[in-house]
Amino acid sequence: MRRFLDRYWYAYAMVLPVVVVIAVLVLYPLAQGVYFTFTNINEGNIANPVLERPATFDFVGFKNYLNVLSGGDSFGAFWGTLVRTLIWTFSCVFFHYTIGLGLAMLLNRQVRGRTLYRVLLILPWAVPAFISAFAWKYMFNAQYGIINQLLRSAGLPDPVWLGQSNWALVSVIIVNTWLGVPFMMVALLGGLQSIPGDLYEAAEVDGATPWQRFRHVTLPGLRSVSSTVVLLGIIWTFNMFPVIYLIAGPNPNARILVTYAFERFFSGASRDYAIASTYGVLILSVLLVFATIYRRALRKQGEVW
Amino acid sequence: MTLDASSLQVVKATDRRLRRTDRSKGASIALHAALIGASAIAVFPVFWVFITSLKPDARAVEPTPKLFNESSLDNYTRVLSGEKGDFLAWFGNSVLIALMTTVIGVFISATAGYAASRFRFPGKRGLMMSFLLVQMFPFAVLIVPLYNILIALGLNGTSIGLVLVYCTTAVPFCTYMLKGYFDTVPADIDEAGRVDGLSPFGVFWRLIMPLAKPGLAVTAFYAFLTAWGEVAFASAFLSAADESKTLAVGLQVFVQQNRTEWGHLAAASILVAIPAIVVFYLVQRFLVQGLASGAVKG
Repeated sequence: MRRFLDRYWYAYAMVLPVVVVIAVLVLYPLAQGVYFTFTNINEGNIANPVLERPATFDFVGFKNYLNVLSGGDSFGAFWGTLVRTLIWTFSCVFFHYTIGLGLAMLLNRQVRGRTLYRVLLILPWAVPAFISAFAWKYMFNAQYGIINQLLRSAGLPDPVWLGQSNWALVSVIIVNTWLGVPFMMVALLGGLQSIPGDLYEAAEVDGATPWQRFRHVTLPGLRSVSSTVVLLGIIWTFNMFPVIYLIAGPNPNARILVTYAFERFFSGASRDYAIASTYGVLILSVLLVFATIYRRALRKQGEVW
Repeated sequence: MTLDASSLQVVKATDRRLRRTDRSKGASIALHAALIGASAIAVFPVFWVFITSLKPDARAVEPTPKLFNESSLDNYTRVLSGEKGDFLAWFGNSVLIALMTTVIGVFISATAGYAASRFRFPGKRGLMMSFLLVQMFPFAVLIVPLYNILIALGLNGTSIGLVLVYCTTAVPFCTYMLKGYFDTVPADIDEAGRVDGLSPFGVFWRLIMPLAKPGLAVTAFYAFLTAWGEVAFASAFLSAADESKTLAVGLQVFVQQNRTEWGHLAAASILVAIPAIVVFYLVQRFLVQGLASGAVKG
């Protein structure tokens, strides 16, 4: 034991602050949250230290899970919402990645004003998300929004973007794409810069077409950056709550799992913490399954991660 | 369909060196057009908020928006003078919370990232995996348990409590990033420092930290933005008193049930965005390098 400490004490001392913070503020609340899913806790029966009221909620077993997973409308239509969440996540990450990669490749060339372009293109990342959300909500407004004004003047139909239709989902996907491209672009630009130029020259000598160079030099060179940022992107988008909540509000057409959990949590007279926590645990399970499959797929391709 | 004569010429050109450095005119124009178009889309919403911030509330909701319409700086003076709520107090709270989050978050993720990069110790793999796990849980749902803990720790309603909560969201990503960045700093430097009689902490603090500036800049940017723009926790944890609100919470006063004061909201938004953009401008030249090495090695 002494030798063990002698050998590792500085390593542990350095990770200790993080471990303490994470354990106290994440793992313990997480355990408590999981416990909540087996109870009928809500605003009315939770312990209230201010009013000195003891907790009166009961243990209900798997009832919350049954309610949610049976997919009833009064519990957020779980399966439909899950499908919408998947559409939202994959379309957002797809656009983030493809547009981000395209812009990164443009910025990776010798081009005049490259620094200025880069600053302008990263700007959406620097603006706080709640402000971007206000800005887009204003621009999407059906009557006085600039977007419909432009569409009308071009003679195109002007949909009610944030109404009770699937346009609401399209709108929030557009906004989130705008928000998320800079991160991908910067990460991929860094990845592109780390690909040695010799590889391109060698490919060119061998007579590779631009497409072949992209396919066989660029993409493999970006593999490790891509696998990390895509995984992070999927996790973040899956749980992206402010964009939808601030732009579409509690609109069921743009509802994803996280926003519904938050709705249950914050709105309504009863503030159903049990159902909100159940959703939280289900979200975590979906992401865990996904991350496991993702890692296994990467490992099969020989990636050590 | 138009064919650009100059672009055909270059395809025929045989000088390879020339082809790599010089582009045909057509390709150059297309490249710039694409970049200008993308930049315009990236900047436009911010630009439009700025335009709106100069209009009175009533002019901001006209069915045919114009660039300038009774524009003036009135919204700014009203917001700053506190007519709509104590804007300067919110601003101060936000700055304080964001700076504390940045300093604490970057410091503890730097130590953890350095330990994970340089030392092999039992539990390291589990630690890194748990960081990934932490990213997956929807934080919104942790609010009730977190609330109970903050009360138990006596931190409820204080900025320190909020700072700690923000650290938990920022630190896992920052640790990953910094571990990746420290991996790119040669370990020889550590050894040289140890030979010269520095302790492991001395090496970390006096040699590695200064070398890791790009990585630190990126994580600082990330931590700052995490705290600066957060809405859900700030509205749940800070007391309802006007002077303890952060900007993200305070700005909700401009969005009433049935009517939004777009002009004032826009002016306040621009004021909020300025510090974030300043921070961004200071770190942007480090961003590409710092983020890449973090993500490559992640």
